[in-house]
Amino acid sequence: MKIIVLMKQVPDTETKIQVKPGETAISTDGVTFVINPYDEFAIEEALRIKEAKGGDVTLITLGWDKAAEALRTGLAMGADKAVHLNDPAFLTNDAHSIALALSKTLKKLQYDLILCGKQAIDYDNHQIGVRVAEMLGIPHVAVVTKLVLEDGKAVAHREIEGGTEVVETPLPAIITCQKGLNEPRYASLKGIMQAKKKPLEAKKVADVDASPGEVGQAGAKTVVLTLTMPPDRAAGKVVEGEPEDAARQVVKLLREEAKVI
Amino acid sequence: MSFDLTEEQESLRRTVEKFAEKELAPIAAEAEEKGEFHREIFEKLADIGLLGIPCPEQYGGAGLDYSTYILVIEEIAKQCLATAVGLAVQGLPQIMINLFGSEEQKKQYLAPLASGKKLGAFALTEAGAGSDAASLKTTATLDGDSYVLNGSKVFITHGGVADIYLVMAKTNPGEGARGISSFIVEDGTPGFSCGKTEKKMGMRASPTREIILEDCRIPRKNLVGKEGDGFKIAMIALDSGRITIGAAAVGVAQAAFDESVKYAKQREQFGQPIASFQAIQFMLADMGTAIRAARNMVREAAYLKDKGKPFSHVAAMAKLFATDTAMKVTTDAVQIFGGYGYMQDYPVERLMRAAKVTQIVEGTNQIQRMVIARHLLK
Repeated sequence: MKIIVLMKQVPDTETKIQVKPGETAISTDGVTFVINPYDEFAIEEALRIKEAKGGDVTLITLGWDKAAEALRTGLAMGADKAVHLNDPAFLTNDAHSIALALSKTLKKLQYDLILCGKQAIDYDNHQIGVRVAEMLGIPHVAVVTKLVLEDGKAVAHREIEGGTEVVETPLPAIITCQKGLNEPRYASLKGIMQAKKKPLEAKKVADVDASPGEVGQAGAKTVVLTLTMPPDRAAGKVVEGEPEDAARQVVKLLREEAKVI
Repeated sequence: MSFDLTEEQESLRRTVEKFAEKELAPIAAEAEEKGEFHREIFEKLADIGLLGIPCPEQYGGAGLDYSTYILVIEEIAKQCLATAVGLAVQGLPQIMINLFGSEEQKKQYLAPLASGKKLGAFALTEAGAGSDAASLKTTATLDGDSYVLNGSKVFITHGGVADIYLVMAKTNPGEGARGISSFIVEDGTPGFSCGKTEKKMGMRASPTREIILEDCRIPRKNLVGKEGDGFKIAMIALDSGRITIGAAAVGVAQAAFDESVKYAKQREQFGQPIASFQAIQFMLADMGTAIRAARNMVREAAYLKDKGKPFSHVAAMAKLFATDTAMKVTTDAVQIFGGYGYMQDYPVERLMRAAKVTQIVEGTNQIQRMVIARHLLK
């Protein structure tokens, strides 16, 4: 079974995000980068399927030079090969542009199943898996917490408000992964030592038959106008006095000042 | 020697850092308080291949150098000294059996130790002899095709939980250091038993226990190396162990430093963060400087060992400096935390207790000074 994982390198969840005035992207100074945690579920699921049914796992990412580190980590976890869309002309935070570059790459590859995180935790667009499926003309199931593969089809459990929906889809399909699907493994010492020897192929815009005008910032359908930090939280207010009076006072404040009731 | 880590080393360091934050940090404080040994942590370490770092690949290990080993130990020690010391202790019998053991011993013992199926321990210290190994009282007497061991060992890390012990005993009690030999003793051998479990000041998640040998009969083939090789084996083990203890001490110091920086920025007094006071800034500057120097010394000692150059005195210097640094830095960290630092609700109190043992194990820091001076004056 040929499995492809779409993954992204993102700032570590512990990073203190900073935005420089006038910039429309977060500052990367002193930031540690990791594999997007939801993509780790995708990699783990791909490896488990490979271990159970055979096949190989290919990782694909779009990003700057440094993103190769995330691919190496995925290879160290056990993936077989990696493709790095590494061209300044690919770089953007626009979901359409990224999905187009990925789908053009995928059209030149063979696959039975594509996995990715349900969202990346940096810009939280939640769109890549779904858009790529649409561009490839294949089904997708999003926010999946359990995946069972049977001959030529997949049964996926997905989280919906207040319950679980069980969906069957023919393969190939795209599954976007949610927390709960599995517990990602750590890269093993042996895996880390082998990762450098595994193929990691860098691709430019021309290599995926895209024209420079349709991918990257040039092909973006959205423009980030401004990016600002959330305002500091104002200090809380303590209402003192006898409980009866205090409760009355709180209701008054909620109605007149906070205007929430 | 480069100050840069290789791509693999950095990748490994980050993996271990993540492992320690996720698997060790949540349980370290409670395990310390309750004095609980977590065998499953060693299974998890084994799953990612960390228990066989110094063991050659052909015998199931990773066959990596000390320069890489110390990175792993430091990252583990940042969260849990007990686990870091356990990792170092697991490595010692592997290194010694690989250096001195027969092919049969390597085949039989290295793979289970490297894979973590068996835990190893190193049994040198006795009530009356530690660094003064020549004064060992435990004896091993050849009787036909067996050795019969008698005596007792104290302060044995992983005593009672280990499966394979490398035991130092006198085969020729009339001689001092040259009368010592080294043996593999398996748990469960008749005559082998465990005594008192020590109640320690710190590092309480790592069991430290007495082991007792009463007419403990082991096959003759369990002799490691030749009769009389024991002192050499013990000294190499201590030299190597000093590098790993140095690395563990750097980890403890780094953890205390990181906590101190975080706290100094958060804690406000007189209307400003205490980090804005020069008194605190100077403490942090000294702590950071000493940690960096200690780490570099430990790395140099590992480098020399990897290159096959004389490293004994540098290992002693690194152990001395890194563990004294850990003691000083953790003490200052408690001071920066003030009253809160003395409470068990904050981690620096545990780190300060942890630091103390590093000044004592693998030869007290007074012994290290003796080793260093002997080298300088020869």
